[in-house]
Amino acid sequence: MLTRRSLSVLALAALLSPAAALGQSPNGANRSAQDSQDIIKIVSSLPRTGSANAQTTSMVNGIKMAIAEVGGAIGSRKIVYEDWDDASPQRGNWDPAIEAQNADKAIGDPTVLAYIGTYNSGAAKISMPKLNAAGIVMVSPANTAPGLTKEGFGEANEPAVYRPSGRINYFRVVPTDDVQGAVAADFAKELGKKKVFVLNDREVYGKGVATIFEKRAREIGLEVVGVDGIDPKASNYKSLVTKMKQAGADVVYFGGTTQTNAGQLAKDIVAGGLRATLIVPDGCYEKAFIEAAGNRALEGRVYITFGGVDPEKLEGKGKEFYENYMKAYGDKPEGYAVYGYEAAKVVIAAMQRLYEAGTPITRATVLEEVGRTKDFSGALGTWSFDANGDTTNRTFSVNTVKDGEFTTVKVVN
Amino acid sequence: MTESEVFLQQVIYGLSNGMIIALVALGYTMVYGIVELINFAHGDVFTLGGFLALTIVGALGAAAILDPNAAGESSHWLLLFGLVVGAGLFCGVLNMTIDKVVYKPLRRAPKLTQLVAAIGVSFILVNIALFWGGVPMESFGGGNAAAAPKDFPEILEGSNLLGEESNVVLRLEDIAIFAITIPLMVGLTLFVKKSRLGRGMRATAQNPVAAKLMGIDTDRVISATFLIGGFLGGAASVMWSVYNNTISFQMGFRAGMDAFTAAVLGGIGSLPGAMLGGILIGLIRAMSDQYIETRWTNVVVFGVLILILVFRPSGLLGLKQREKV
Repeated sequence: MLTRRSLSVLALAALLSPAAALGQSPNGANRSAQDSQDIIKIVSSLPRTGSANAQTTSMVNGIKMAIAEVGGAIGSRKIVYEDWDDASPQRGNWDPAIEAQNADKAIGDPTVLAYIGTYNSGAAKISMPKLNAAGIVMVSPANTAPGLTKEGFGEANEPAVYRPSGRINYFRVVPTDDVQGAVAADFAKELGKKKVFVLNDREVYGKGVATIFEKRAREIGLEVVGVDGIDPKASNYKSLVTKMKQAGADVVYFGGTTQTNAGQLAKDIVAGGLRATLIVPDGCYEKAFIEAAGNRALEGRVYITFGGVDPEKLEGKGKEFYENYMKAYGDKPEGYAVYGYEAAKVVIAAMQRLYEAGTPITRATVLEEVGRTKDFSGALGTWSFDANGDTTNRTFSVNTVKDGEFTTVKVVN
Repeated sequence: MTESEVFLQQVIYGLSNGMIIALVALGYTMVYGIVELINFAHGDVFTLGGFLALTIVGALGAAAILDPNAAGESSHWLLLFGLVVGAGLFCGVLNMTIDKVVYKPLRRAPKLTQLVAAIGVSFILVNIALFWGGVPMESFGGGNAAAAPKDFPEILEGSNLLGEESNVVLRLEDIAIFAITIPLMVGLTLFVKKSRLGRGMRATAQNPVAAKLMGIDTDRVISATFLIGGFLGGAASVMWSVYNNTISFQMGFRAGMDAFTAAVLGGIGSLPGAMLGGILIGLIRAMSDQYIETRWTNVVVFGVLILILVFRPSGLLGLKQREKV
């Protein structure tokens, strides 16, 4: 009894002491916690356990390159980068519990000034409100669900629910799905297709982009013969393929990712004898998708939309990025590597502007300065963040698979 | 496609998927029948069987074997048979070893302890599969993305046996599932009914203490049960891989879940129950995908399970037995 009481007293004291210090001199404490620290920590929260790992490795390489390009420091302050995993082996995909943990860990570490992530839009939903309340800038290299930043796409309370502080702290360097879904529907029409079957993986990203595809398809006069959500862990989709066959679908759109079984779906469409073209969004623009689906199920049968172009086809600074990447890592970057690079680059550029102006580099100033990014000349061309925190970049490409590699068939600006 | 064609197609898919589930379910139900342990690691033993099969295929050089000019159809069947036996033995021995190392020392511990140990083994095996996915072999995509689903080559020729113009698709894979699972099930039933060891199993299941008093070496019986259960799981994993053409480190999760559901549905501890349960679940899934909606399929499967358990608490073919978990 006595020990328990003394323990709780100790715990209380431990809790109160930093608060007491803060209360005594808020400015002093603030400075010692952030400004006078000699390191700047940038963290990323991306899926490392699961099939997205190859994509993540590529993005992380991009982030490291961006940091190395400024010599790993802003002025005399060293940049420390930590690569955090937001996935778990149980899910083989991003895990809400781990994403929440990562956000809390970032908030708890006063040296963390920027949070790069997430890969999955569903994961962003978890960390966005936390980081927003703490005033840490968050830059996503890959989230495309429009509801995260724009009204009228997702739930009624989006995006206000992610902004409890009322400010915008979330930015993204990748164009959103309201464009992507429409590009895919237009492309289906261009192929001369008439009947579409729309599937999704029942996740924020997949369902979002599938809904936009469906809306656009109806607008441009394609017949939507069916809509369904698949179980991403099912062993096969042969029964579903039979249903689509009966519905007479000549295009199947799947809003989902490699991790939510797009590869198996591609295979079963072939095995089930459904003569239809499969169109999938950028969540499948990674080598793991080709590996999972196998060539025979992909060649000439699958199209993948992607918010950007094949890394090999980047121009200007993007070309430099591609060449440096090849030199440093000896392997072709995945589609999102350049976005990882650009996300880190835009954060570092903001820090450098602060340093040159003699402004202290803190969470608050970095957040404000990243938001001011305008006419940024980077690997993705010249672009700005708009009022919602989205990039003004609108380039999309439609790709297919040939000889086990992605090839671009069309670029839409 | 006409309505009857659609129905026939769904029956084919339902049976094929169901047979595989049934094979895995047998492993759950046999072990439960003898030691009253829900072996949560069984699904992951199944996963490793698939990984072994892909490793063998990769090592033999899939392209060389599968080149239609180089070898006839018979060699494909031979390869399939070899994989079933190979993966089966591997999984059987693995399952038996797990029992010896982990479950046996806990045999007299509370049931919950064993259950938690089984979950622990399951986690270990999942992570072994994750590592295995990273082996630098061509068939594993060079091992660059350990966790990515792996493409399993088409071992049997993939064309439609009913002709390319037919709306209903029946492939050699479907035939292979029947050709391999049915003899296994018949063999198992005969083995348990007729053989000396089978009698020992039934006796141990009924009353381990009395069986021991009658001179049955129950430890040997238990080992044999794990071996046979694992063998069936390994055989199922090869059929699963050949049928779906994909393996991943998580494949055992859903397969195990379906199989466990099948075992409970049929009456856990009952061999014909597990077979019936597996086939029923396969059929229910196919019909739900077709006539309801894919997004409701899991709800339908577990809804049916709950309904059956409400009216027949010990499952369709389960007997009223002594205390259950």
